[in-house]
Amino acid sequence: MLNNFFSILLVPEICLSIFCIANLLYGLFLKKNSFRKTSNFAIIILLFVSILIFVGFKTDLAFFDLFFKSSNFIRFFKILVCLGAASVLIISKNYFIDLKISKFEIPTLILFATLGMLIMIGANNLMIMYLSIELQSLSLYVLASINKNSIYSAESGVKYFILGALSSGILLYGFSLVYGFTGTTSFEEIKIVLSQQTDLSLGIIFGLVFILVGLAFKISAVPFHMWTPDIYEGAPTSVTAFFAIVPKISAVALIFRLCLEPFENFSNEWSQIIFFLSISSMFLGSIAAIAQSSLKRLLAYSSIGHIGYVLIALVANNDQSIKSASIYMFIYMIMNISIFAILLSLKKSNMYLEKISDLVGISKSNPITSLCLAIIMFSMAGLPPFIGFFGKFYIFIAAIESELYFLSIMGVLASVIAAYYYLRIIKVMYFDVSEKNESFDFVISFHSKILLLVLILIITFFIIYPSLLINYTSILRIT
Amino acid sequence: MISWPLLSVIIFLPLFGALIILLIKEDENTSSNIRWAALWTSLGVFFLSLLLWVQFDYSNSTYQFEEKFKWFEDINIYYHVGIDGISLFMIILSTFLTPLCILSSWRCIKFRVKEYMLAFLFLETFMIGMFASIDILLFYIFFEAVLIPMYIIIGIWGGERRIYASFKFFLYTLLGSVLMLIAIIVIYKLTGLMSIELLQGNYFQKNTQIFLWIAFFASFAVKIPMWPFHTWLPDAHVEAPTAGSVILAGVLLKMGGYGFIRFSLGMLPEASAYFMPLIMTLSIIAIIYTSLVALAQTDIKKLIAYSSVAHMGIVTIGIFLVNQQALEGAMIQMISHGIVSAALFLCVGVIYDRMHSREISFYSGLVNKMPIYSTVFMIVLLGSVGLPGTSGFIGEFLVIVGAFKYSSIVVIGAASGILLSAVYMLYLYKRVFFGIINNEKLNSILDLSIREKIILIPLVLAVLLIGLLPNLFIEPMSRSLELIIINYEIVNAK
Repeated sequence: MLNNFFSILLVPEICLSIFCIANLLYGLFLKKNSFRKTSNFAIIILLFVSILIFVGFKTDLAFFDLFFKSSNFIRFFKILVCLGAASVLIISKNYFIDLKISKFEIPTLILFATLGMLIMIGANNLMIMYLSIELQSLSLYVLASINKNSIYSAESGVKYFILGALSSGILLYGFSLVYGFTGTTSFEEIKIVLSQQTDLSLGIIFGLVFILVGLAFKISAVPFHMWTPDIYEGAPTSVTAFFAIVPKISAVALIFRLCLEPFENFSNEWSQIIFFLSISSMFLGSIAAIAQSSLKRLLAYSSIGHIGYVLIALVANNDQSIKSASIYMFIYMIMNISIFAILLSLKKSNMYLEKISDLVGISKSNPITSLCLAIIMFSMAGLPPFIGFFGKFYIFIAAIESELYFLSIMGVLASVIAAYYYLRIIKVMYFDVSEKNESFDFVISFHSKILLLVLILIITFFIIYPSLLINYTSILRIT
Repeated sequence: MISWPLLSVIIFLPLFGALIILLIKEDENTSSNIRWAALWTSLGVFFLSLLLWVQFDYSNSTYQFEEKFKWFEDINIYYHVGIDGISLFMIILSTFLTPLCILSSWRCIKFRVKEYMLAFLFLETFMIGMFASIDILLFYIFFEAVLIPMYIIIGIWGGERRIYASFKFFLYTLLGSVLMLIAIIVIYKLTGLMSIELLQGNYFQKNTQIFLWIAFFASFAVKIPMWPFHTWLPDAHVEAPTAGSVILAGVLLKMGGYGFIRFSLGMLPEASAYFMPLIMTLSIIAIIYTSLVALAQTDIKKLIAYSSVAHMGIVTIGIFLVNQQALEGAMIQMISHGIVSAALFLCVGVIYDRMHSREISFYSGLVNKMPIYSTVFMIVLLGSVGLPGTSGFIGEFLVIVGAFKYSSIVVIGAASGILLSAVYMLYLYKRVFFGIINNEKLNSILDLSIREKIILIPLVLAVLLIGLLPNLFIEPMSRSLELIIINYEIVNAK
């Protein structure tokens, strides 16, 4: 009996929720340096939890009547979420301190959001899924407005809250419709009930559409993307980094699971919606980004575009799609962490960079930093030999496998358009000549420097030994 | 023969040199070290590539110096390199031009020397790698990676409108090559193979071939470039620094022709036969139209750029006629154009460095002040026109001989190109070199320096060597070309 009790603690979610509260208490009782200490603690917790997930102890007893589920696909995305959250904490520590918003609540909120995402990825029941989405979202709303002295931060928090609440409402309505027409909330049972029906009743179709709309909000797929640029711009950059990386990963995992598990037999229905979301995200993401002058808005549109590519894999719906989506999200995470690591440490005349044009002249004063940025930009544009190319390559393999020729041609065309704005950043850094000789400060903590270095090396030299990631993702299965 | 991986060493030696340069901190004193390091690296690569030629087995039509390692575990993608008669001279052309480019930028590149040399060494690796790849994905990676250093070279060290030109170059060629990526994946889906060697032959249905052919055409026609996809070329050439133009005209355009031979002819023979009239039409239009456009240019570099399009028109005619003479002619024409246009751009660079003007009307009577320069220019210009005894003649003559077997209209088109090239080239020469010096600034112009002689004389010798001893070049490639032709004829005879 005792044995079972301790093994409960090895369930990553339970372990994390205990540590969340521990971290909160730890922060409360600290007098000085509470932010620094709690965020270090939080990083250690997240790394520990990701090891727990990686090891994957057998914990069937804790599954509470199949409310949760585990598969290597779920575990992979959980690890990505934990590592992403930990990396964001590492790269943003100095930034929070510099902006004088170093509250110990921040790491705690990030931990709670991460907890919500872990549950969400592993959820096997609509109720659990909804609750975990709320746990995640509520933490994120607070995080967006954490800089209470800034009107933009407050605005972005409120905007995020209103639109997030709206999307949650739509999602919940969809859930209730599905429940009403199938009589169950469990993924497995929904699948069984649906497989007995030859044609979908109108209610379920409506439910499916509402659920997909709600999730499209979360992954910011066009046309439900409106909140993304504003919130990215308004929130403090470190929070933006978190928004851009971690919730996207978990929401993508969720939309894959939802489409491929309970609604697996109705791929004809949902793939039409995803098809549209994918094309519109890719094109709007790449076209709208051209006109941006703010770096954060540009990254927002770029992330919208990337989501469009991942959704191609979902439309393809074959044995390659899980692999390609996992590879793509992993690469997306790496590239975004590294670009935010640079943005969060780069200052020009004591101000953090906001505009693309602020980057003028950086290649002269900080050649290594600008080289890193250039590598990331080429990689994001999907140019070989950098890692970003392989993400797109696998996505298109999945698409061609299902003979989605139109979608893949649209995808490559959008990637050419997108290449324009990534190149524009390189142009500003390298080609434009600045009249003023402004100095850049690249203040980066030791840990995030190591992290950045490792990530840049992965981005550049992935091509030499791709098999590590490829082999790991090849065995991922959703069930 | 040899136990060490000679080809991989050649491909990656420039990267090693780049690593060394990366470790040198750039300031006033060390920039010459950077130049020397780049020069020695590229010279080393050149001599190693000559070793390839020496050890090359002429009687063998398949790939030699092969190296093969499993690269991706889940897909049939290998690190697979090797060369045959078609790629041998492309590689030697790349390794031959790179040291000359580095030498030509010795003085005129004054800022960011380190980045410049790095870009050139990376470019060299990508170019050699592309010609040596037997795996399609490896080919594609090198093919697209070439864009990155070229974009940087045009964008940083280019002329006034360099940003426009670099973006146009990059996006235009990227748009072409992404369609090729789709085609590559389709090929993989249909056959499960990614090897150029194994895919030679007729693997696909005719309808599939046509779609694949169009996707490959999009990328190679932009690269080579064919009319009407050539508009990026004049901009890129005019704005690029001299060495950038040299590599662009000398090697990058050849990637298109190389791709046509390898992919369109080798893998998609039925579609190539189907589209042959289209290619012929576009090529003849390109030859006549761009020659006339070249005649109207006032900028020397732009004139040479348009002449490149016309010469490449002869190459595409030669490739798609698919008979022994024409294909050999197209190959020789590519090599010859690589050397001749490189020499012409370098010659323009010589006077541009002195006077900072490329306007034809700026110059006159240069022969009075620069006799050696005028002689060199005359020889390469005649090579471009195709005078017997120079490299251009061999290529154009062989293509026309091949064209007679097909249609006399094509012959007339190709021959009119030669005629027109003589017109615009000699007209250029007359305006720039003959007459009396009208511009006072030209009175102080100096003839070639020793460094410039070292750059130009090998090129002049190469022009004459190909012109006088063409068999030296035709023999190694003829077996590999024969293989493609036989395969093409068997498929289309059915």
